[in-house]
Amino acid sequence: MDITVNILLTIATAATPLLIAAIGELVVERSGVLNLGVEGMMIMGAVGGFGAGYLTGSPWIGLLAAIALGALFSLLFAVMTLSLATNQVATGLSLTLLGLGLSGMMGTSFVGQPGQRLPNLDIPGLTSIPVVGRLLFGQDPIFYISIALTAAVMWFLFRTRTGLTLRSIGDSHTSAHALGIQVIRYRYLAVIFGGACAGLAGGHLSLVYTPQWVENMTAGRGWIALALVVFASWRPWRVLAGAYIFGAVWIGQLHAQAFGIPVPSQLLSSLPYLATVVVLVLISRNKRLTMMNTPASLGQPFVPDR
Amino acid sequence: MSANQDGANLLEVRGLTKIFGTLTACDHVDLDIAKGEIHALLGENGAGKSTLVKMLFGSLEPNSGEIFWNGQPVRIANPGFAKKLGIGMVFQHFSLFEALTAAENIALSLDDGSPISTIAAKARALSFSYGLPLDPESLVGDLSVGERQRIEIIRCLLQTPQLIILDEPTSVLTPQEADKLFETLERLRSEGKSILYISHRLEEVKRICDRATVLRHGKVVGHCNPREETAASLARMMVGNEVKAVVRAPAEGIETAQPLLEIRALSRKPATPFSIPLKNINLNVRAGEVIGIAGVAGNGQGEFFESVSGEVLQQDAGSVRIRGKDAGGLGITDRRLLGAAFVPEERLGHGAAPRMKLSENLLLSRHATDGKVFVGAGGMVKSEAIYSAAQRIIKAMDVRKSAPDPEAAALSGGNLQKFIVGRELDRKPGVMVVNQPTWGVDAGAAVRIRQALIELARSGSAVLVISQDLDELFEISDAIAVMHNGELSRPLPIAQATFEKIGLLMGGAEPGHAEHALETA
Repeated sequence: MDITVNILLTIATAATPLLIAAIGELVVERSGVLNLGVEGMMIMGAVGGFGAGYLTGSPWIGLLAAIALGALFSLLFAVMTLSLATNQVATGLSLTLLGLGLSGMMGTSFVGQPGQRLPNLDIPGLTSIPVVGRLLFGQDPIFYISIALTAAVMWFLFRTRTGLTLRSIGDSHTSAHALGIQVIRYRYLAVIFGGACAGLAGGHLSLVYTPQWVENMTAGRGWIALALVVFASWRPWRVLAGAYIFGAVWIGQLHAQAFGIPVPSQLLSSLPYLATVVVLVLISRNKRLTMMNTPASLGQPFVPDR
Repeated sequence: MSANQDGANLLEVRGLTKIFGTLTACDHVDLDIAKGEIHALLGENGAGKSTLVKMLFGSLEPNSGEIFWNGQPVRIANPGFAKKLGIGMVFQHFSLFEALTAAENIALSLDDGSPISTIAAKARALSFSYGLPLDPESLVGDLSVGERQRIEIIRCLLQTPQLIILDEPTSVLTPQEADKLFETLERLRSEGKSILYISHRLEEVKRICDRATVLRHGKVVGHCNPREETAASLARMMVGNEVKAVVRAPAEGIETAQPLLEIRALSRKPATPFSIPLKNINLNVRAGEVIGIAGVAGNGQGEFFESVSGEVLQQDAGSVRIRGKDAGGLGITDRRLLGAAFVPEERLGHGAAPRMKLSENLLLSRHATDGKVFVGAGGMVKSEAIYSAAQRIIKAMDVRKSAPDPEAAALSGGNLQKFIVGRELDRKPGVMVVNQPTWGVDAGAAVRIRQALIELARSGSAVLVISQDLDELFEISDAIAVMHNGELSRPLPIAQATFEKIGLLMGGAEPGHAEHALETA
């Protein structure tokens, strides 16, 4: 029984950073902006989170620093693509490259140092309930934030007027502008929100997952988060499903490799990607729903004619 | 006249000028709109109407000039400010979000924060009271242009503006719908609201407008009372010279001519939950004749056009026959190779790729049929050949543009339409199918397009025109059929067709009844 609980806990830990980064990017893309710099913002969050935690001795300050650094880094992207109308794909890619390089440089002195870990939730009387206690009341704080964030984004996008406005900008920024909606302002806020989320996801890696600093420790998770958003056809609950499928198969194949089953390890390592793609493609077969949810102006620079 | 001396004017514009590069789109334009009047803004395509209106709505900034609102000088920096002042706008190129429902689209332009369901109920009530029925739950992407315009109008009315700007509002409405709109406008006028009405339909301007301002090449060439003018004198002011009437030479020997386009028992299931199924449509278009298809927007004309053009394939290959060959299973290019040409309703996205040059758009639709002319050895594009062919079409159709070979999206709607129709006519196709040939096109250009379609037919082609403009169909057709709820009536020969009979069929009278009416008439 304990083994099952432990496996479930590791799945949640593996899925959480993907979920947070993807939910942030989902909001960005719903506003019509394609930020390919998720990996870069995430690694900045990871190094910032670790560094601040290590220097101050408080993982909570580390957490705040991770969020702030991700947001700050995305602001760079926002200024370039929104105010200067540069190409979003090229700018996003360079943001990733810059983030990987810059974090490596900032983190040279952190390599090999012991990090701070965010404590797991511990509620007397609840956490000690057998089986469900640790699953429901004994996980790290960022796990709870990720679930709350998903629910909040769903509610925001589909239940609030501001969310509707954001979606409309993603559908057609020219129409939105003609209605008098402040397209650029909304997009700035969306991009910064996405950056904060990516930073938080990075902070999860260096403050919860493996509380230490290793160069390139995001290991492509930012790209997986980006792919999740598309395969989930820009719908929050599907992002959640995708992140957990990925996490489950990921942990599953690690155990399978440990058991030494006679399947090439490369094939096992590719399973999480395959499984996630297959499942998300299957659930997004409905063309009409896909049409309704795809932000039509995604990636197009917006320059209002004056 | 100073703004302060005349308090009755809601809006005054003095010397408004807008320059794009070397083109002066608006040149010292003066305009007064009084409280409670319907003011017409007339002008050909490219005369500067849209530019002027965009400056009034804050989506363009003037280079010089002043705008007074209720006598106070104002700077309308963005559409949000225009809305705050009380200016509402119904766009010609719709500013709707396709992935959202009608109600959500309306909610976006209202700032009161009330829940969507309340807005949907309000929109439904308002739409019925103004006779423009609307389903707030429907997805805009599924709606026809006529229905989309209703959303725009309702959305504008819900903002309770003081000044309503309508850009070509009746171009997609039936006569009955237009009448209802005019009632709406008159009701709004009696409520003290002002309306700036942009149209090229001179009869309706004469009918409902109190005053008119005429623009030509960016300059105001005159103010007048349209009721004291004739349609011909208004057209003369707009164009600067006489507008020719369409001449329809009698069609000879049609009865014995070969049908070039045959539609046999064409049926189609609805593609989306909101679209119209086609039910057993039969039609022959013979060499030398123009057949018109009338109908209220959204009765299956779009679905019918898609089926005939090959944008959607049929299961039954024999349901569409082009020049005697089964074409139901063929795609657009193969149907073109059989000698057919198609002009879809949507110019940007269907008729032309918006971000590509005109010459490139020419190549896109004709690379197969004119392969030898435009494509050389090894699939290399002959740029000079397509460029000179594009220039030939531009010259033949008098397309007005700002660059030698501009992007399709840079042209005004009417000018792009001239190019698209010209591109197909230039091939001298044996079968020509056109959906809404002159929507949003000015009087001079519309005459040119209509005349060209008649001449194409008289030179031995079969021409099928789908249009919501009844005047147009009566001008050019040898027979008119009516589409209602996915069914097509038998074509009425033009000699027997009247507005009333066609209007009855459009309203859904059984084809049998109309024929009966026809026999007793």
